Amino acid sequence: MSCQCGSACKDERFVKIDQILDQNGRDESMLIQNLEQIQHFLGFLPEDVQAYLAEAMGIPLSKIYGVVTFYSLFTTEPIGKYKISICLGTACYVKGAGEIVAEFEKQLKIKVGQTTPDGRFTLAGCRCLGACGLAPVLNVNGKVFGRLTTDDVAGILAQFE
Amino acid sequence: MEFYRTHVLVCAGTGCTSMDSRLLRQNLYEEIIKRGLEKEVKVIETGCFGFCNLGPIMVVYPEGTFYCQVKPQDAAQIVEEHFIKGRPVERLLYQHEKETTDVVEMENIEFFKHQKRVALHNCGLIDPENIEEYIAQDGYFALAHCLKDLTPLEVIDIIKKSGLRGRGGGGFPTGTKWEFAYKSKDDQKYVVCNADEGDPGAFMDRSILEGDPHGILEAMAIAGYAIGANQGYIYVRAEYPIAVERLKHAIKQAREYGLLGDHIFGTDFCFNIDIRLGAGAFVCGEETALLASTEGRRGEPRPRPPFPAVKGLFDKPTIINNVETFANVTKIIRNGWEWFASMGTEKSKGTKVFALAGKINNIGLIEIPMGTTLRTIIYDIGGGIPKGKKFKAAQTGGPSGGCLTEAHLDIPIDYDNLTAAGSMMGSGGLIVMDEDNCMVDIARFFLEFTQEESCGKCPPCRIGTKRMLEILDKITTGKGTPEDLDNLETLATTIKSASLCALGQTAPNPVLSTIKHFRKEYEAHIYDKKCPARVCQALLSYKIDPQKCKGCGLCARYCPAEAITGKIKEPFTIDVEKCIKCGDCITRCKFGAISKE
Amino acid sequence: MKSIEELRAIKAKKIGDVVSRSEKGVPTINVHMGTCGIASGAREALTAILEEIETRQIKDIHVVQSGCPGMCVNEPLVTVTMPGETPYIYLKVTPDRARSIVVRHVINHQPISEWLLNRQD
Repeated sequence: MSCQCGSACKDERFVKIDQILDQNGRDESMLIQNLEQIQHFLGFLPEDVQAYLAEAMGIPLSKIYGVVTFYSLFTTEPIGKYKISICLGTACYVKGAGEIVAEFEKQLKIKVGQTTPDGRFTLAGCRCLGACGLAPVLNVNGKVFGRLTTDDVAGILAQFE
Repeated sequence: MEFYRTHVLVCAGTGCTSMDSRLLRQNLYEEIIKRGLEKEVKVIETGCFGFCNLGPIMVVYPEGTFYCQVKPQDAAQIVEEHFIKGRPVERLLYQHEKETTDVVEMENIEFFKHQKRVALHNCGLIDPENIEEYIAQDGYFALAHCLKDLTPLEVIDIIKKSGLRGRGGGGFPTGTKWEFAYKSKDDQKYVVCNADEGDPGAFMDRSILEGDPHGILEAMAIAGYAIGANQGYIYVRAEYPIAVERLKHAIKQAREYGLLGDHIFGTDFCFNIDIRLGAGAFVCGEETALLASTEGRRGEPRPRPPFPAVKGLFDKPTIINNVETFANVTKIIRNGWEWFASMGTEKSKGTKVFALAGKINNIGLIEIPMGTTLRTIIYDIGGGIPKGKKFKAAQTGGPSGGCLTEAHLDIPIDYDNLTAAGSMMGSGGLIVMDEDNCMVDIARFFLEFTQEESCGKCPPCRIGTKRMLEILDKITTGKGTPEDLDNLETLATTIKSASLCALGQTAPNPVLSTIKHFRKEYEAHIYDKKCPARVCQALLSYKIDPQKCKGCGLCARYCPAEAITGKIKEPFTIDVEKCIKCGDCITRCKFGAISKE
Repeated sequence: MKSIEELRAIKAKKIGDVVSRSEKGVPTINVHMGTCGIASGAREALTAILEEIETRQIKDIHVVQSGCPGMCVNEPLVTVTMPGETPYIYLKVTPDRARSIVVRHVINHQPISEWLLNRQD
């Protein structure tokens, strides 16, 4: 629910950003931690948020945009309710992560990096989760599934319907 | 709440119930009421104790007396003797005879027998969230020893003599690096711990940070004392939330105990550590890129010199060491450089942690003395290749490294031998591959990774790796041409010599090393349009064996391309022109009649 | 921390804790909780162990968590150390197995050999 009082009061997202900045500080070296926490709160980093942050931290917007687009952790697009991150590290790849990706693409009818039209699932590849003993693995909003086969895909999706 | 002096737990599991535990319970109730103990003794039914062969089972608390094979008619005696007179009924007591399970010491399990845990010593042994457990394992005594008894130069000298080399990949002597930073005169210096474990398929640093975070803090403080720094940063991947949490907790505890902060051990030495999160960029494992990222900028490398030891974080002298390197430092100070130098080979001292993964039975984290052979790692520690498959190659050094083949199984593993074999030590990823892995596909996988992770600053890396990837794509999709191999080699040489940082300089390694050792496999892709390991989809063709096909038509019904035709009860056939090679038919066929080649 | 003596005192106290635990005959259950352990269910195993201890009203037992001992393929791993004995390492500890381990091994001194990593063959 957004605020109804017009321009008199601040966008609640920006209030939250101020809190984060107060806590971490506005020094340029804190930019990545600030972005990380803001994204954690908002889900993504739209342009107006970047612009607000530029103003608040005294850093050019171009520089912030440069940082946001450089790191794979940051996204400027909203992501689905459930983010399926499939580990594409070597151990997982050797054990058939590619087939798992293909199966998800088939069942969700989207490609890696896309979100289903209903906003439910985002399919993403990710860097090594460090759980190579369970390869191939994936992570749905923090929950890790391991030792996957293509037969597991439908069951995993069903858990998050 | 009612208070009972005695609780009697009677098993109501299926096994015990079948041996009259219900009647036993009934008798106990009656005996207890008969003697007016119902306000003192409570009988509770419990689930199965998992001990059914000795049922019916009952346990009397608070003393925990364990009775077994209790008959209903024993109830009276138990109540009389035990509950009233307080004497357990000896004849019903469970005899603590141990099952004949003999266990071996952990060190004697095949998996651990060949290992030597130095950096990993505390992992799995202590509670990482309890600083006192770390102290009980002699934690922070190395720091105390340095501050009280040694000058910074003496500390550096010990590290130099130990022969410790950087465990992050480069293998640069750690003591020398510290000495450079020591000699750089400045009022402000920094110690940075590189915990941006980028190699996909490696998890040494994560395990150390999760299992023994204080070990890293202590070593960073020692480094700070040695070079004259009062601030440390740990640059750790955001993908490792548990490691980050435990580090934060450890830093907080160390501050509370005064082991970080001002005037540690009452000396003039002050040292603080903060965490900086990496945001997912492989290139940030490169030290100058890591520094840029720590400063809050895009993680792009810059030319060296000046080296970070002279001009590093915020342009101040800085040392950057990898997690595993730091994990060795405290042990060297405690046990002496002679101890450390006694392990390993002539130029590579100590141990190395490897993340053993891929097609191997015992996937896990291992630490071996330098000089151990690949054969010991794969067959003794790793327990061999699953399903009796044949060993084909082991990839070390991740996207910057190369592969070792059967011919390398018996060379002692150390920095120089691995480099000579066309691979590298790297950070310690060791991926085992069997006959089902296509080496061209693996090379393509690594190149795709480095291409994606190239920061884009310098053209050889940005454009060169892209061109190489295009050629590999051509080869794996059956469009390879004879000049491709030469072109790959020319590009690789140029990229290696002209790139700005180690990412580009090493990116072609997986391709060069697979061409060197598996040239025939590349040639099969290019000339015969075949993938010998049957991995590259575009090069496969699907066939139905008419001998095995029963003509059920199941495959044809599910074929999305309608490429399978035939008459029921007669062998079906696949039209290779229409086939999209999805492989669905293979999984459908109940008779194993369909194969790919 | 002002002096090395303070550090020694903490060490002595902590080691003392451990010694007095083993003198009293207190078993230790060590659940290995690295990322891979947790991902394969170490947390569920730990919860099951704690629940079982609660249900059986066992006192004088020490449950600890620690890092990864390295055998990721057999995670979750749980080490049970009875006073004065060689540690028993259990592999692939599901919540059901965890409960059985508490009951059969810790209470009844009957190690479950088929789930042991370090069984002497």
